[in-house]
Amino acid sequence: MLKYTKDHEWLRQDGDDVVVGITAHASEQLGDVVFIELPDVGREVAAGEEIVVIESVKAASDIVAPVAGTITAVNEALPDTPGSVNDDPLTAWFFRIRPADPDLSGFLDEDAYQQLIG
Amino acid sequence: MAELRRTALYDLHLSLGGKMVPFAGWEMPVQFPMGVMGEHLHTRAEAGLFDVSHMGQVILRGEDMAQALETLVPADIVGLAPARQRYGLFTDKAGGILDDLMIANKGDHLLLVVNAACVDQDIAHLRGLEAQGVTVTPVTDRALLALQGPKAETVLARLIPGVTAMKFMDVAEFDWQGVTLWVSRSGYTGEDGFEISVPEAVAVAFAQALLDAPEVAPIGLGARDSLRLEAGMPLYGHDMDRDTSPAQAALGWSVPKIRRQDGARAGGFPGAAAILPELAQGPARLRRGLRPDGRAPIREGVAIFDAAQGGTRIGQVCSGGFGPSVGGPVAMALLPPEIPDGATVWAELRGKRVAVTLTPIPFHKPSYKR
Repeated sequence: MLKYTKDHEWLRQDGDDVVVGITAHASEQLGDVVFIELPDVGREVAAGEEIVVIESVKAASDIVAPVAGTITAVNEALPDTPGSVNDDPLTAWFFRIRPADPDLSGFLDEDAYQQLIG
Repeated sequence: MAELRRTALYDLHLSLGGKMVPFAGWEMPVQFPMGVMGEHLHTRAEAGLFDVSHMGQVILRGEDMAQALETLVPADIVGLAPARQRYGLFTDKAGGILDDLMIANKGDHLLLVVNAACVDQDIAHLRGLEAQGVTVTPVTDRALLALQGPKAETVLARLIPGVTAMKFMDVAEFDWQGVTLWVSRSGYTGEDGFEISVPEAVAVAFAQALLDAPEVAPIGLGARDSLRLEAGMPLYGHDMDRDTSPAQAALGWSVPKIRRQDGARAGGFPGAAAILPELAQGPARLRRGLRPDGRAPIREGVAIFDAAQGGTRIGQVCSGGFGPSVGGPVAMALLPPEIPDGATVWAELRGKRVAVTLTPIPFHKPSYKR
């Protein structure tokens, strides 16, 4: 069951970690993604901290940490295949984070997210 | 904010799924559902249709119109043959650039095409020629379309067979369904192609006739920018402005020998006293091409340094982004001319220095029909 942020990220709980990517809506808004810079594994981040640089043909943007925690893994293949974010945004994950607080109930569910972008 | 103007093709853009944005006082499509990357590559492979109706079209008439325009533009306009077009610059007294423009000799008049953002200023500037017996008439009832790409000739010739005889920078008039089209073989993409001035009343029908061709896709401003960037073409207000001289903008080629020092019609345009010596001696900074070594685009405003750490700031990016046909980021910056092509300089991106290779422009070789 995916959760969503108001910053158009999707969150998938996987054991103790949360896997994070961006929504189809976000990837459409960004346009063709051409460059991605991921955070270092092991980095401790604050909620809302800008930790990914994502550039499309149009502009540079950031992806923020949805929760405070520790980066446990990043999708190493992504910087070499940035277009996969447009092709299949739900598969093209960016990073895994181990949240300081594992409760994700405050995030949007599918219906609430659809309302947000509707 | 003043209300945005809409071109004759506005409803057509919406029906094609165009994403509309404000640009130079106009509401223009920045992209269509194909997306910037797809539109860019389509134009290089097939043919793209651009709405450039926001650009200013201005007619000059008068016995001495060419001599008169030469007092504002350091180009050879007197020597411009009928049915030919030429690129030029409006310069200011200090030697900066007020705008760039196309000048077509249409026999009994000159047709100018100027930038949308500068059109009011340019017309006021041109009105200064009225004292020399020149009449200045803005064209307000015509759309301007560009059809660009290797299939442009094939597509346009289905509607107007005569265009196949045109060469790069030729201009001609053709009849299409009872209206007169003003056609030039030119563009802003580095591809072969045409720019077509069409009466607004039939602009949609004409655009639709082009879009009906399987080779043609509608293209937005986003791809127009990446196409011109790869072609090494400057954009007014970014790569040149009043603080940039023709020599610095790498546009000295548009100032021919006849208008330079010791030429038969040397000088006689605003800023000549600054512009001509600089063209003879070489500028202290020059618009150069840059290719970042990694994948990260370096965009307008990014500072360029001569060292990986510390060092001196030697310029900043004036245009930059991702070049879909190049397959990587490309940029232009005003930099010292003495640094050789192939040398490495460094762009400061998000607090880090990124290695960048000085690369001759254009990044993508043009394919004009000479």
